[in-house]
Amino acid sequence: MPGKLKAKIVAGRHLPVMDRASDLTDAFVEVKFGNTTFKTDVYPKSLNPQWNSEWFKFEVDDEDLQDEPLQITVLDHDTYSANDAIGKVYIDIDPLLSSEAATVISGWFPIYDTIHGIRGEINVLVKVDLFNDLNRFRQSSCGVKFFCTTSIPRCYRAVMVHGFVEELVVNEDPEYQWIDRIRTPRASNEARQRLISLMSGELQRKIGLKVLEMGGNAVVGYLQCFDLEGESGLVVRAIGTACTLDKISNTYAPASAINPCNSSPSKDTKDSPQAVPSALGCRSTHSSPVHSASSRLSQGFSVSVPTLLFAGMKHRHRSSEGPRARQCRAGFGEEAPGVPLSSGPPTPLRAQTFSSFSPSKSYSRQSSSSDTELSLTPKTARICLSPSSPTLQSKSSPIPTTKALRSTTPPPLHVSQSDTAMLRKSVSFSEDLLLAASGMGSGGSAGKEAGPLKALLRQQTQSALEQREFPFFTLTSFPAGFLLHVGGVVSARSVKLLDRIHNPDEPETRDAWWEEIRQEIKSHAKALGCHAVVGYSESTSICEEVCILSASGTAAVLSSRFMQDGALDMDHRLSRQQAPVFTSGTEKGEGDMGSSASLGFEDLAPPGCGFCHIPYDELNMPFPAQLTYCHCCRRFKVPDVLFTTIDLPTEANVTGKGCLIQARLCRTKKKAQGEGNATAISNLLPFLEYELHTQLMNKLKLRSMNALFGLRIQISIGENMLLGLASATGVYLTPLPSPGGIQIAGKTPSDITYEQHISNMQKKINDTIAKNKELYEVNPPKLFTLDPEAFRCINTELVEEVIGSPIPEPRQRSRLFRSHSESSDEVSELDLSHGKKDAFVLEIDDTDAVEDIHSLLTDAPTPPGFYSCNTEIMPGIYNWTSALQMFTSVRVFRLSNVNLTNQGLNKVFNDLCENLLKSLYFKLRSMVPCCLCHLNFTVAVPEDELIQVAVTAVAMSFDKEQTLENGRQSCDKTLMKAITENEEQLQFPLELTAESSSNPLSSAKGLSEVSGALPSARAPSVDYSSFTDRCSSWIEQLRLKAHTIRRGSIKTMSSLEKASPLPEGRSRSLRSNRSYAGGSVAVVKMTPLSFIPGTKIIKYLGIINMFFIRETTSLREEGGVSGFLHSFIAEVFAMVRAHVAALGGNAVVSYSMKECVFMENPNKNQAQCLINVSGDAVIFVRESELEATPPQPQSASTQTSSSGEGT
Amino acid sequence: MTMELDVFVGNTTIIDEEVYQLWLDGFSVADAVKMRLENGALGECEVSGEVLHSDTMDQYRTFQMCERLLHCPSKLANQLLFQIPAHHQAMLIERYYEFDHMFAREVLGKKLSKGTKKDLDDISSKTGIALKSCRRQFDNFKRVFKVVEELKGPLAENVQHHFLLSDLLAKDYAAVVFFANSRFETGKKKLQYLSFQDFAFCACQLISYWTVGAVDNMMDDMDVDLEKEFLHDLKDLKVLVNDKDMLDQHKSLVCSQLRGRIRVFTEMEANFKNLSRALINIASKLTNTKDVRDLFIDLVEKFIEPCRSDKWTAGDLTLFLTHYTSTASTLETYRYQVIWERYMGVVKSCILKMYHD
Repeated sequence: MPGKLKAKIVAGRHLPVMDRASDLTDAFVEVKFGNTTFKTDVYPKSLNPQWNSEWFKFEVDDEDLQDEPLQITVLDHDTYSANDAIGKVYIDIDPLLSSEAATVISGWFPIYDTIHGIRGEINVLVKVDLFNDLNRFRQSSCGVKFFCTTSIPRCYRAVMVHGFVEELVVNEDPEYQWIDRIRTPRASNEARQRLISLMSGELQRKIGLKVLEMGGNAVVGYLQCFDLEGESGLVVRAIGTACTLDKISNTYAPASAINPCNSSPSKDTKDSPQAVPSALGCRSTHSSPVHSASSRLSQGFSVSVPTLLFAGMKHRHRSSEGPRARQCRAGFGEEAPGVPLSSGPPTPLRAQTFSSFSPSKSYSRQSSSSDTELSLTPKTARICLSPSSPTLQSKSSPIPTTKALRSTTPPPLHVSQSDTAMLRKSVSFSEDLLLAASGMGSGGSAGKEAGPLKALLRQQTQSALEQREFPFFTLTSFPAGFLLHVGGVVSARSVKLLDRIHNPDEPETRDAWWEEIRQEIKSHAKALGCHAVVGYSESTSICEEVCILSASGTAAVLSSRFMQDGALDMDHRLSRQQAPVFTSGTEKGEGDMGSSASLGFEDLAPPGCGFCHIPYDELNMPFPAQLTYCHCCRRFKVPDVLFTTIDLPTEANVTGKGCLIQARLCRTKKKAQGEGNATAISNLLPFLEYELHTQLMNKLKLRSMNALFGLRIQISIGENMLLGLASATGVYLTPLPSPGGIQIAGKTPSDITYEQHISNMQKKINDTIAKNKELYEVNPPKLFTLDPEAFRCINTELVEEVIGSPIPEPRQRSRLFRSHSESSDEVSELDLSHGKKDAFVLEIDDTDAVEDIHSLLTDAPTPPGFYSCNTEIMPGIYNWTSALQMFTSVRVFRLSNVNLTNQGLNKVFNDLCENLLKSLYFKLRSMVPCCLCHLNFTVAVPEDELIQVAVTAVAMSFDKEQTLENGRQSCDKTLMKAITENEEQLQFPLELTAESSSNPLSSAKGLSEVSGALPSARAPSVDYSSFTDRCSSWIEQLRLKAHTIRRGSIKTMSSLEKASPLPEGRSRSLRSNRSYAGGSVAVVKMTPLSFIPGTKIIKYLGIINMFFIRETTSLREEGGVSGFLHSFIAEVFAMVRAHVAALGGNAVVSYSMKECVFMENPNKNQAQCLINVSGDAVIFVRESELEATPPQPQSASTQTSSSGEGT
Repeated sequence: MTMELDVFVGNTTIIDEEVYQLWLDGFSVADAVKMRLENGALGECEVSGEVLHSDTMDQYRTFQMCERLLHCPSKLANQLLFQIPAHHQAMLIERYYEFDHMFAREVLGKKLSKGTKKDLDDISSKTGIALKSCRRQFDNFKRVFKVVEELKGPLAENVQHHFLLSDLLAKDYAAVVFFANSRFETGKKKLQYLSFQDFAFCACQLISYWTVGAVDNMMDDMDVDLEKEFLHDLKDLKVLVNDKDMLDQHKSLVCSQLRGRIRVFTEMEANFKNLSRALINIASKLTNTKDVRDLFIDLVEKFIEPCRSDKWTAGDLTLFLTHYTSTASTLETYRYQVIWERYMGVVKSCILKMYHD
């Protein structure tokens, strides 16, 4: 299906001097799309050429439109020799393909050269005329919206959440081809950039196709990653959550509600239904999901078995991918394939007992457990909430309802298709994985019979989820009421050898690897009594030919609402198939949602604590945990500690504030090759994870907190070491029991000095805890009957010791105990004699523990006025100001001392992270009081003795003075906006008045001053004399302001933006008006969060996904490695901002730097760096403006927002 | 164990004004860190030297990268690389172009050439300003001079328009450019007591009243050069001293006005002819480029020093010059009132400015 791409080259500016003789440049431009190239005329002898070209038109397939970037090359014309390239601009035109995103790309783009960096700017205009797609066989998926944001985007409403989509594309890495030797670095870099751009385009298109098949219209939480595998290729993979989104304004303009779907399923339904199935038949042969499924099956991988399950954090160490299996076995000794791996790395003590937790076993166990549960229904008294096992359900009522079935698969044709797909899959899977099969198989075969249905909310969800291969969600925050229970973190890792891939150019092997890991994650979730995994993410770490694949998420129980709604919706569509009806369906769905939104809470549990209630069966816990009754509702059981990878639910009951908690670990490893290396790594992994987990737990205790959110554990491999970094945000969840202190136990009480040492340490720890309690305002309500229970990790590994020790009953309290064998008497003394233990015991007799304690105490507290977290929001802070500063910081540390011990390494690594944080606090001291949100650390071992840490985060100021009440409102407003538009609209005016009145007079005055002064300074000034006056007064005023206003920079910045109103229509005209003094460069905000406080996002313009390579052969001249990287990162920011501005946006949300690979060769004076960034381009308006512009009364407030969006 | 690489990049470029000043003043990173530690300006945050060093390095790098843009300040607003709030942009530019008056005093009137640049280390050791800073300031002078030299229209406004400076700073630059262009002699020992500000004031007077632009804003001429025609006309003023009658008449008029009003009346009366002759001679010689250069030294030697040796007060001088000027206009046979006032207005204010120890 064709589309017409039109591009116009307007002008250039600040071009570099290419002709030394004249100090000028004869520039012209090549515009290339696919295989078509156009050229502008040469604009002779100018550094600011005005080409003002005609419209270059490309007539292309929409498949190409999605895959290819528009390539603009600026060259210097040379009569005698070859033309010199000045630089390039790649423009991703994807945002123009969706009717809801941007309509035109217009603006100044930095001209980028991989050797020289930014060399001037070029003004370009791009448009796309897209014809409607009527072809069912198309390979394109135009119109599917992509969001990096891991929550429902702010101006949309989720009609339905379809589920997990993934795709993976492999190609040869041009850098590794033989041709590398004869081509220039520039050519090589550009080939690589272009290839990755193409690959990510293709990837996005393929995922889009999957989404369309599922009946969705958007991908939320789109996470794309690159694996630079080296010789075996270059992999681009992505995961996301398919959704059907509805623009909130659309509810009031039904006609437009259909628009977004124009190119997607609704059109399919227009075709005669008869024709469809046959068409489908053809399609299934080449459409990706089915295809890949069958190929995966043919691969016949053996399922590897989890060895450990701790806190739902499990990991595999076995690389048992088909082709490799034999060697692998050799590496692991005499284990038989398929038999649960027991002897591997984990502590040998209890491996036998626990490692038998293979999928099939867990399955049987699970089913039996749920059997008991059913029979015990009255006793547990929470049957409707309790997570009965999925397999059980398929037994007792093996027929998921049609409704539920359809919910995942909107149009009928799709239903049948995906059924077959699933059926096929499930059949073959059932051999390996009973878990997966039973649900799906029955669903597939019996799907059409409308069986009796238990009126259990859960069950529906479950069956709806069950049909999915992977009930995973990349979302980290959810519409209210969607998340019912959280089980805990589930994770899986797998070590693979890249040089054993049979067909490196084909995705099958990698597909199988990931499939394997996902299956494992799924089974872990089941073991936790959960049917879904939320906050799911995948990552890799590659060193030479060894690759660790990791996946983690949070096992959860979800409400069926968003699936059920969909089902209802689809019913309507099925029966009537007419657009108006469809609309009514939507409305109905919406109504349903609205009502259930309010009902949901009452139905299930109090909103503040419901998600903490355990989803698993109390009597048959997958791991030992101390359960108590919820401190909020006192009705349901909660665990003593909760770890999750998701954001803190907005409705959660939290005491005090949260803080960033990091566990850092470094382990040396012998250098090795291939197989041996993989084995060594596999052996180290469990210890690493265990240690990290222990550290996390200790630090959590030290802060008197009981839950972690946003947990992200990163493990990086280097040639001679392994790095582990776990980051999370600790909070005190009110429903969970209060954590006690940490008690230090020594083993040799005879020695007096030693005892003193211990008591000193104990005192220090107690002091720290007390201080932290104050700092984070953690004052847990004391509860009466509930003993402040002992803390134990919900880490099964702890059970190891318990099992090893003479205490037979696994449910008995265990303690964190490092040296397993010798201290059983102490255990009994401490644990059993004291019925109520409120201390977390640390044994310091082994060096590890000393080290632990040391690291506990060396963690510097954040300086006053600072808070930090790695989640989107910080509990306890609500009154954000609009001042924000996104930043990236990178450090590389060289370990010159080769013979470092583990402890030494740990200290170095720990110091590195701590110092980095300290530097950040110092840098941002002008923003105090402020919170560093979404602190995202990435560690890597780029070379033998190098450790690289990269951080991206945003610092946001908040107002201390504002009353909490006020703050509450604004918090609710910003966070729950997408959920309850009506409520929010009501809150709006109230709150704004409150806000403005609370503003200190001086700052208000300052604002008006600047806003008055600046625009005049910006006006084009032909009349110089008058300009002088203005300019001077402007500068004077600014100076004044700098003196009068505390935190001048911040306030002025925000006021600047206030001065420029930015509803879309106006913003563009404004920009063109703006001239010189004030800058023709529009301010573009960037944030890793999904929102900007005090503003409302009115439009999403499309996804930003950019990949850059920068190389230098004059490293010293560019200021060394720091100078080189500094300018490169600044350039990347600049290019992101320019693209956003060209789309008409004024901010990037959910920004992240996915990759920052830095390589240097100081001897050759060379360095190279690759950076990949992504985010969502948006238009936001200040809430105050939003309030000011629309004249409508409050009753029509929703219309105002819709009109705002319409413009 | 070393930090190989350490960068911090904010979406909004963070600029620490204190560090910026240290950078501008030409301190090395190590010195800057020391100063920052000593200043203790870090307030309550307890910071290790390590953190400070990292921060200082980072800021220095940022400034180095910005420097290229600062050479053409209008680019700073247009460039995409750094997102700098407008008020910070203004600050960056202003501070970058600010200069030490001590330094400017040394360079004033010299040719802004490579030769002068070579002498910067002498100036540096003489003034105690770091050589780096001297170089920056010198290069700024040169840059501004190059841009403005050929431009038409008011000098200060040209500077301001091209370099986005504040009023005051633009005027100072106008003075520097003006002096450099006309190569006024300022280095003589007798002139050492004069500060940059004195000269800047004089330059401003000259620019405002003696250049082409002073008469007609719209003239397509430059503000940098004195108006030839006017200088030529100044020859006509000679009549005031050459015509004996006129000289006597003038003297008696002035004396009658000043009698009893100034302390140094007798000295004035005795010296009137010499003083008047000095002023008129200076005027009449200004057609010569060489003499234009010597304007200030002449003023000092021929007029200011005699007055000073007679212990005139500033008030005395003001009264004298005022009446000296005004009474000449009332002379019946005197036909050059316009030129006279244009000349005397400037000379009077210059002398008054320069009349101090």
